[in-house]
Amino acid sequence: MMEITEGSHAVAEAVRLCRPQVISAYPITPQTHIVEALADMVANCQLDAEYITVENELSALSACIGASAAGSRTYSATTSQGLALMFEVCFNAAGMRLPIVMSIANRALGAPLSIWNDQQDSISLRDSGWLQFYAEDNQEATDLHFLAYRVAEEHSVLLPAFVCFDGFILSHTYEPIDMLSQEDIDRFLPKFTPYERLDAADPISFGMYATPDYYHEFRYEMDRALKESKTIIQMAGKEFGQMFGRDYSAMVEGYRLEDADTAIVALGSICGTTKDAIDEMREEGKKVGLLKIRVFRPFPTEDVAKALAHVKRVAVLDKNISLGAKGAVVLEVKDALYSSGIPIKDYIIGLGGRDVRKKDIKAIVALVEKDQGDIFYGLRREVL
Amino acid sequence: MSLAVGCRARPGKSRDNKTGSWRVFKPDFNQEKCTHCGLCVTLCPEGCVHETEEGFVAPDYTYCKGCGICAEECPGEAIDMKQEEK
Repeated sequence: MMEITEGSHAVAEAVRLCRPQVISAYPITPQTHIVEALADMVANCQLDAEYITVENELSALSACIGASAAGSRTYSATTSQGLALMFEVCFNAAGMRLPIVMSIANRALGAPLSIWNDQQDSISLRDSGWLQFYAEDNQEATDLHFLAYRVAEEHSVLLPAFVCFDGFILSHTYEPIDMLSQEDIDRFLPKFTPYERLDAADPISFGMYATPDYYHEFRYEMDRALKESKTIIQMAGKEFGQMFGRDYSAMVEGYRLEDADTAIVALGSICGTTKDAIDEMREEGKKVGLLKIRVFRPFPTEDVAKALAHVKRVAVLDKNISLGAKGAVVLEVKDALYSSGIPIKDYIIGLGGRDVRKKDIKAIVALVEKDQGDIFYGLRREVL
Repeated sequence: MSLAVGCRARPGKSRDNKTGSWRVFKPDFNQEKCTHCGLCVTLCPEGCVHETEEGFVAPDYTYCKGCGICAEECPGEAIDMKQEEK
């Protein structure tokens, strides 16, 4: 059923349909309306879940770890500094192989203090072992939650997942959403079957101590599970498409890319703006296309290499910066296209909520055509 | 998968970890000086010092990490820590 809904509320509704048994979150800044809406649903008996209020984000995710280990489907949401406070717990959740799903309404990290959007928060946890999905719009943001639970809980995966959608740009924006029904989701997402769970009658400890003889292998098995989750994502995404008409089997998605000379690579809401800019540039005769990356972890290296094999140049838009190096996305794209000889330029853009407009995308295309890049785009004159 | 997923363990796994391999200094118990006070049995953090059938005390070197607490606390100075040749 089509509804005009705010991004955060649409995500909350999607989470409700996933029937989480335990929700734990810290309600104050940096938080979104997601957990507020979920708290209402629990209080109004629209959702049969244990809602645990905690004193900070570190405790929020820790409570999810306990609940997930006890065999519950768990959920949390955070962003920015809240996610940074979860850093340690994120690695533990992944290492204990607990399929927790968490929404990240992407925002910048302080200092300086900023409440606005970029993707530095989740990108900074790229090495933690969590799956990372990035949504272009609120429809995708809601749908990816169903997919995230389905993939994370597969016994061949058993890893937690971030569903990332741009803070404010999506989280606080009203858009029409095709909201699925409880019957729909019950058909797509089976009841959570834990691989193992805490049980007083058969005690077990999670995330035990591994000596140098074994730690290496535990990390290998996490990496293998994350890489092999690509097959599960493709399978579940395809099934979702067959059931509801929106196919998420591809981890990357091309837009007017087939005959493009210049390819833009991006993730998140910036893809929507880029598509509009591409339409206008196409009318002017410029052969520009977009490669949207929907899944950043596991990174679809082969898919990126295949999708960009024919282009003459690539411009990567990074809403993050690995300070002292480059944006995180360009490093992956360069890895995928290594030895292809295709020139690849990086553009750090839209940090801390700086608007990215169609004219900025066009300006970047003009720059990459002149082989100029690897820059912070649109810097103020006083720092030059 | 070949390892316990998520490094999960059932009770009693510490028996499998033969911590004796960590040892650099080995406690050498002098049974002639030993007064059988039992302090080493109580204080050993691994719980690996036991009374023998003859009433003496002896460590289980399979698990003794060589921490030296027993030697430090022994009132009769009956325990010497000696560098171990491996």
